[in-house]
Amino acid sequence: MTQAEAVSRMTDTMAKFVAFTGKRLPDDVRAKIKELAAQEEAPLAKAIYATMDKNQELAWKLNRPSCQDTGAVQFFLKCGTHFPYIDELPELLRNAVIQATKDAPLRHNAVETFDEYNTGKNVGLGIPSLFWEMVPGRDDCEIYTYMAGGGCSLPGRAKVLMPGEGYEGVTKFVLDCMTSYGLNACPPLLVGVGIGTSVEVAALHSKEALLRPIGSHNPNPKAAEMERLLEDGINKIGLGPQGLCGKNSVMGVNIINSARHPSVIGVGVSVGCWSHRRGHIVFDRDLNYTIDSHSEVDF
Amino acid sequence: MAKKVLTTPISAADLEDIKVGDVIYLTGLLTTCRDVAHRRVIEEGRPLPVDVKDGAILHAGPIIRPLGDDKFQMVTVGPTTSMRMEKFEEQFIKETGVRLVIGKGGMGEGTMRGCRDNKALHCVFPAGCAVVAASCVEEIVSANWRDLGMPETLWTCKVKEFGPLIVSIDTHGNNLFEQNKIVFNERKDKVYADICQHVKFIK
Repeated sequence: MTQAEAVSRMTDTMAKFVAFTGKRLPDDVRAKIKELAAQEEAPLAKAIYATMDKNQELAWKLNRPSCQDTGAVQFFLKCGTHFPYIDELPELLRNAVIQATKDAPLRHNAVETFDEYNTGKNVGLGIPSLFWEMVPGRDDCEIYTYMAGGGCSLPGRAKVLMPGEGYEGVTKFVLDCMTSYGLNACPPLLVGVGIGTSVEVAALHSKEALLRPIGSHNPNPKAAEMERLLEDGINKIGLGPQGLCGKNSVMGVNIINSARHPSVIGVGVSVGCWSHRRGHIVFDRDLNYTIDSHSEVDF
Repeated sequence: MAKKVLTTPISAADLEDIKVGDVIYLTGLLTTCRDVAHRRVIEEGRPLPVDVKDGAILHAGPIIRPLGDDKFQMVTVGPTTSMRMEKFEEQFIKETGVRLVIGKGGMGEGTMRGCRDNKALHCVFPAGCAVVAASCVEEIVSANWRDLGMPETLWTCKVKEFGPLIVSIDTHGNNLFEQNKIVFNERKDKVYADICQHVKFIK
């Protein structure tokens, strides 16, 4: 395989994978939605879950994106420094989005700021977003794909608290977000909470938390306990599907944390809607790939 | 219970007995209309190029497939966050005479007043269910303000039993989401107090 053939092959795989994630939710999300739907008794909540289920079936059957907002596409890379196509990735991923936009089709979601026009290609300055983590010594490349929709991006916020506000302040920040913007962001939500020093660290952690599978736990026992407390607590608020009341509110709460400066606690919240279009694919150096976010991949 | 279907043109009397929490369906013409279109009508003072008097708008930005010869296919069309249009909606309802505003999530005081004073409803279509919605669209009859790009163009669609639509604001000044918010906030205060007992990690 020549370099050009390899780049074309990886572009094609990524275009197909991105398009695929727009019509099929990851396994953990599908299982959780099913579990939450089964717990509802109120007719309205049951009717909404039934419509959601019908929608996912239709999307699969008709081969269409399941939600009209296919998001601004974001890639979170864990790339080995010896991955042979590392230099090609930015252009390759951009081309993959252009191709997926045509094939899926995806909505044109890139509006150039200040000049305020839709590029009509779903790519623009900084879209798709690439978040890099270099992994020294490895020769493979892990890619998380995420469709950042408008509705679920809207509640996102981060703030630097004073230590006196403590984790109680973190709790309040998360809960207030749920009852203000959260209920319009297509519950049941996946809630990502980031804790660290400054605002961008907390915000990035909160987004990375959305990439962690539902049902996984923070390795720190206290942080894991806080995940559980927040999940149970937000569920008790009973936002229900679409914020129209129900037994639960969230698919889960994931926290990612790092150490903090002694003077501050940075906290960030990102939410994923019920249609949480996250994908995970790993390429080896020969571009053989494994997908562990979805079973039944049909490309 | 029989399915409640509204057909455009809709009169004030058609909406009289409908209350928040009711589930209804729409047959007739439905035009997608969102952020920039609202801004153009209210802030720029431009007339909406589609007559929506006694009609319906949908806060949505669909995915469209061009079929050639100025024809289009509705691929997916789900509602977008209605609250973004709150700033404009009271005035928009008054100026355009629209009867049905469909979107996602709740709207605020202004829209409540607009619906009460001009006899209109705000309804929620279950969001993220964009293929179900598209399957209720029979055809796209016109496309206006195309300079706004695919999501923001005014796509006027002929729809059949478009729904389920959950009434969130009725013509009598009731607002389902605002009612729910009071309950949610009461529960939140209790949850906050409970969690605080267990997160005193700074000692």
